[in-house]
Amino acid sequence: MKLEDLRKIRKKAEKELKLREGKARVKIVVGMGTSGIAAGAREVLKAFIDEIEKRNLQDVIVTQSGEKGLSSHEPIAEVWEEGKPVVVYGNLTPDIARRIVAEHIVNGNPVTEYVIEVKEA
Amino acid sequence: MPKRLDILVCSGAACISNDSTTIKNKLQAVLKEHNLEDEVAIVETGCMGPCELGPVMLVYPDGVFYIRLKEGDVEEIVKEHVIKGRPVKRLQWTAPEARKIVEEKKQIPFFEKQLKIVLSNCGKIDPENIEEYIAVGGYEALAKVLTEMTPEQVIDEMIKSGLRGRGGAGFPTGLKWKATREAPGDEKFVVCNGDEGDPGAFMDRAILEGDPHSVIEGMAIAAYAIGAKQGYVYVRAEYPLAIKRLEKAIQQARKYGLLGNNIFETSFSFDIEIRIGAGAFVCGEETALLASIEGKRGQPRPKPPFPAQKGLWGKPTLINNVETFANVRHIILNGSSWFASIGTENSKGTKVFALSGKVNNTGLVEVPMGVTIRELVFDIGGGIPNGKKFKAVQIGGPSGGCVPAEYLDTPIDYESLKKLGTIMGSGGVIVLDEDTCMVNLAKFFLDFTVDESCGQCVPCRIGLKHLYDILDRITKGKGKMEDLETLEKLGEEIKRTSLCGLGQSAPNPVLSTLRYFRDEYIEHIRDKKCRAGVCQFEEAKEEEVSLEEKLKGII
Ligand SMILES: Cc1cc2nc3c(=O)[nH]c(=O)nc-3n(C[C@H](O)[C@H](O)[C@H](O)COP(=O)(O)O)c2cc1C
Ligand code: SF4
Ligand code: FES
Repeated sequence: MKLEDLRKIRKKAEKELKLREGKARVKIVVGMGTSGIAAGAREVLKAFIDEIEKRNLQDVIVTQSGEKGLSSHEPIAEVWEEGKPVVVYGNLTPDIARRIVAEHIVNGNPVTEYVIEVKEA
Repeated sequence: MPKRLDILVCSGAACISNDSTTIKNKLQAVLKEHNLEDEVAIVETGCMGPCELGPVMLVYPDGVFYIRLKEGDVEEIVKEHVIKGRPVKRLQWTAPEARKIVEEKKQIPFFEKQLKIVLSNCGKIDPENIEEYIAVGGYEALAKVLTEMTPEQVIDEMIKSGLRGRGGAGFPTGLKWKATREAPGDEKFVVCNGDEGDPGAFMDRAILEGDPHSVIEGMAIAAYAIGAKQGYVYVRAEYPLAIKRLEKAIQQARKYGLLGNNIFETSFSFDIEIRIGAGAFVCGEETALLASIEGKRGQPRPKPPFPAQKGLWGKPTLINNVETFANVRHIILNGSSWFASIGTENSKGTKVFALSGKVNNTGLVEVPMGVTIRELVFDIGGGIPNGKKFKAVQIGGPSGGCVPAEYLDTPIDYESLKKLGTIMGSGGVIVLDEDTCMVNLAKFFLDFTVDESCGQCVPCRIGLKHLYDILDRITKGKGKMEDLETLEKLGEEIKRTSLCGLGQSAPNPVLSTLRYFRDEYIEHIRDKKCRAGVCQFEEAKEEEVSLEEKLKGII
């Protein structure tokens, strides 16, 4: 093995360990209560994960929470960014989730038409 | 597809004996049932620390810590936590003092005061997967020394770091490496001491089980520094899981070209073999260990010559402890000044302790040198259970001694402990409460060392037995006041005249309890009283027996 080989293995394997660090620039929390799941939260969650993977975003983690008490807007997701207020999105679909990743997470422009609340972290 | 949850199931020896394998299998099955295999990773890790609470499980990224799991709990965790994102509160760790549900690993006091360097991968990566080790920077340190540093520079870095041997005596590691490098001879060896014979100690086992590659990497770096091609890890046969994981790690390292010929395409070649020990305490002593590797009886021999001059088959040999080797990669990667900034003036870095006895949180902990005994016992250990009073800690196993309550604020480092008449030892810490009889405790350790003495020299073979007999008399209410002086004199004499460290330290438990708990010895002798209620005095016992016999006669 050469040094470059080691680095290659490291790069690939690092990604898989990312989850266990618990530190990230952005955290996306998808509401996965019963009603959220009924409204399609699982597909939304998968779309988030997939889009993040596709774009190779190392510092974004996706996690989940229980009922958010906003069931008329399910599926719901919150975007937590260090030092910024939390942006809550509602009425999500997998496509919107992908847009949020592209526009909000990558380019820093929240997708305003789906923002249902902005709150302090 | 990347995973959205990592579920880390502890597969340390303690959790496995509590059936963590069943939990893992069940988890696999339930996840499959719900078609979640692609979304959730199950990772089997080494010991996470709080073994008493096992089997334990840690869920990332949220960091929820589950304890005392039963097979029946798994379904609920999957349905509630994995699917709905609601951690199952009743299975989460409740801090004993506050009884409040603690949701995140980092908020638990048990973890808060710890600094995990050596254990940073234990409980986090899969020890049977070399790629996970590489992901956390594994083998980078080896690559660095082979491609950027001369052996002298490596040794210099180790000297500057201030690392001292974690196997007991605390000898400066860099100086030992230097001496071995400078010893004449073209064939040299590196040996890792994984004997760990101290009762109550399991630090080295946990490292070998939880992060075996860190030991292999440390040994390879040492081999480069001193000029060795061959290494041996000596592990006791009672550690089958450690042996299995180490064996697997060695094979994987060979497969990836990290052991063997021309590592990283340099001229450096190195390989490692495992040697299994029979598990005698004295085989942990370095000269006995080397004899045992050579296939001879594991008996100590006089030093000098030290192994650095004449070790395996008469060749210069570097012997270090498991934890010592596990520190090496961190020093190389982060630099000696980083390492030297942790700890106290003369004791650098961290130390892994196996906390046991009368304390709420038992298990494996790693703290910076200089943490006080109070912090260890009360903050990390969570204090004494059942409202009992703290009495002392026994540190350093059979070679160590007791530290009583008035020294709770003593920082834990080599020098401070030595001043109190004990030693760091390999890191076994037994917490004692008011129900412990100190005379009986000393007797327990003496019983152990009498058994484990190799019998080669008279002071150790006969002297220790004599010490034991006196203690035995005292615990049976048959002691004399003169005994105390005899214990002290004889103890000092054995320490002075024994050939190896076993005899030289075996009287320590007696001498230190005599120093701090003399009252209890006197009470046993003069008042025939054991304030802890542990010792049964013979007069009383004889009466009972004879009463029974009388009754027998009547019936
Ligand atoms: C009776 C006896 C038992 C010992 N047992 C161990 C042991 O189990 N593990 C260990 O690393 N060192 C043990 N030692 C210390 C070793 O002789 C040696 O000092 C140590 O392995 C050196 O490594 P270090 O410099 O990294 O601490 C023991 C010493 C004596 C006298
Ligand atoms: S001190 Fe004890 S264990 Fe050590 S060599 Fe002598 S008899 Fe053997
Ligand atoms: S073995 Fe599982 S916590 Fe120690």
